[in-house]
Amino acid sequence: MKLHEYQSKHIFSKYGIPIPKGRVASTSGEARAIAEELSGRVVVKSQVLVGGRGKAGGIRLAKDPREAEELATQILAMEIKGLPVRKVLVDEASDIKNEIYLGITNDRSARKPVIMASSAGGVEIEEVARVSPEKIIKVHIDPLLGLRDYQARDIAAGIDLPREHWRLFSQITKGLWQAYIDNDATLAEINPLVITHDNHLVALDGKMVLDDNALFRHPELAEIRDLDIEAPAEIDARKYGLTFIKLDGNIGCMVNGAGLAMTTMDIIKLFGGEPANFLDIGGGAGADKVAAAMRIILSDPNVKTVLFNVFGGITRCDEVARGILAAIDEVKPKVPMVVRLVGTNAEEGLKLLENAHMITAETLADAAQKAVAAAKS
Amino acid sequence: MSILVNKNTRLLVQGITGNEGLFHTEQMVAYGTTVVAGVTPGKGGEWVMDGKIPVFDCVKLAVEATGANTSIIFVPARFSADAIFEAADAGIPLIICITEGIPVQDMMRVRNYLDTKKVRLLGPNCPGLITPGEAKVGIIPGNIAIPGNVGVVSRSGTLTYEVVYALKLLGRGVSTCVGIGGDPINGTNFIDCLEMFEADPYTEKVVLIGEIGGTDEEKAAEFISKYMMKPVVAFIAGQTAPPGKRMGHAGAIVEGGSGLAADKVRALEAAGVRVATHPEEIPGLLIN
Repeated sequence: MKLHEYQSKHIFSKYGIPIPKGRVASTSGEARAIAEELSGRVVVKSQVLVGGRGKAGGIRLAKDPREAEELATQILAMEIKGLPVRKVLVDEASDIKNEIYLGITNDRSARKPVIMASSAGGVEIEEVARVSPEKIIKVHIDPLLGLRDYQARDIAAGIDLPREHWRLFSQITKGLWQAYIDNDATLAEINPLVITHDNHLVALDGKMVLDDNALFRHPELAEIRDLDIEAPAEIDARKYGLTFIKLDGNIGCMVNGAGLAMTTMDIIKLFGGEPANFLDIGGGAGADKVAAAMRIILSDPNVKTVLFNVFGGITRCDEVARGILAAIDEVKPKVPMVVRLVGTNAEEGLKLLENAHMITAETLADAAQKAVAAAKS
Repeated sequence: MSILVNKNTRLLVQGITGNEGLFHTEQMVAYGTTVVAGVTPGKGGEWVMDGKIPVFDCVKLAVEATGANTSIIFVPARFSADAIFEAADAGIPLIICITEGIPVQDMMRVRNYLDTKKVRLLGPNCPGLITPGEAKVGIIPGNIAIPGNVGVVSRSGTLTYEVVYALKLLGRGVSTCVGIGGDPINGTNFIDCLEMFEADPYTEKVVLIGEIGGTDEEKAAEFISKYMMKPVVAFIAGQTAPPGKRMGHAGAIVEGGSGLAADKVRALEAAGVRVATHPEEIPGLLIN
């Protein structure tokens, strides 16, 4: 789950990380009021969960409250990469001397968190990694010990930070580490962390991504999830314990197991078709779950056919077939449907579906070819 | 005949009184696995399966009383890290964690702790493993595989069942089928299993089933080209997965251009591995 800049910075400030004075606004009037409070120049920043806000014109500098109001009006009317701007952050403008990158993420292959820092802040770290990888310092942290003081100093020295800033930089790094740990983040990033002309360090931008699997420990954060970045069908699917990802094709897929669901998409493509979705119905396949999955798949007007690919293990194919029959009865789909049942009680399952007007297939390749043909007819 | 589990496995089930734990204990016992004990804190002294399996409050007591040498974990995600620590501290050398949805920071702590001990963890978010005809530890259906000489290692569940079932229909059997799980941080990886299969006299060929996300398949390819004599056939799921989306498994995600299926296929092919374009090609590649 991604947090907005203003939410991330609010968390950072609780861990002793200096952030600019400012507040979030939902209307241009509020933006003006905040600018008046702050006095002086302000930055009006769109709060959407995509990168490239600046390039899209979603981050603008205002010299006075009147201009802040004007810019907020414009930005709040924008859509950035398909996402509506619902809030702007109005921050006091900073007088920037240097920009630093500081971030923490999980290094999957090292199986440890890694702190990354660079003197080339202000641009995306992937870009720095591509153009000048030598400018990135990486320090792995033992998750059983946590961040040690010397490691924070090593990072400061590694990015050639002037010594006068080491103390504050260490405090910021330790704060960021604690924010990352306490909130079960998979990413906590300050980019840029700026050195101002009057020699302060300030976190100008902030980004956090939280581990969805750990949200049970953070109910207050789970509540502020921004649903704009998810397709409505994906939100609906989550309610039924289904994993659904919308794609651009026209062959709906209903599969048990994530690996098999990916494979089903792949093989559709291999035989010249385009999958409309990824959907894992998981273990068990009660009628209510199958019906929910069917409704979600068919809510996409592009879908011309649905492919069921089920391997019966402990969940028996005849149970799945009953689920499919009940779901058909409830949803009454109008598109052709291809079904493949393999494994435990597959024959019994197929027998149950005999009168359901479904196209049956034995192999995965056969199922994919029949689905591709059905989608084209 | 196998790696990791066999007739000498004495299994302990953590979370044995829960729905999943009890159901799969029955399945494992029916298959012939020796289940010696269960653990559910607060239910010590009870018995399950008509008085056949004793339940203990903690792993340490269960091990002392029954000589359990392997543990399988069915407890909910929020308690799983603790259950793994408990099994490791009680001296169990092989722990299998079926649970899906464990917070990744919990798993980083678990993995770094286990690395300091002589303990092997399989999973989490895995179907466990089966040595056909000897023991099944986990949730892999017992009827889909027969004994044989093909070692199978996979990040997936049902996709793997498909493959071993297709082999069975052709009369080909499996030495051991290991599900290493779909999480980004796990206990046992491809290389660990490849090394064991290479050393196992009863395994002649190996099937590796990978998927998008991470670089474990690339590392496996390097290992295969350097250290393996036995032929390996592979399949990688997720060629068509869009970047930045988690495809069901927590670990199945293409991030920042890393974890692509095409890169994994290329690395494996460069290591001399035959990579199937779809899973039904695997039996043919194994036999020829």
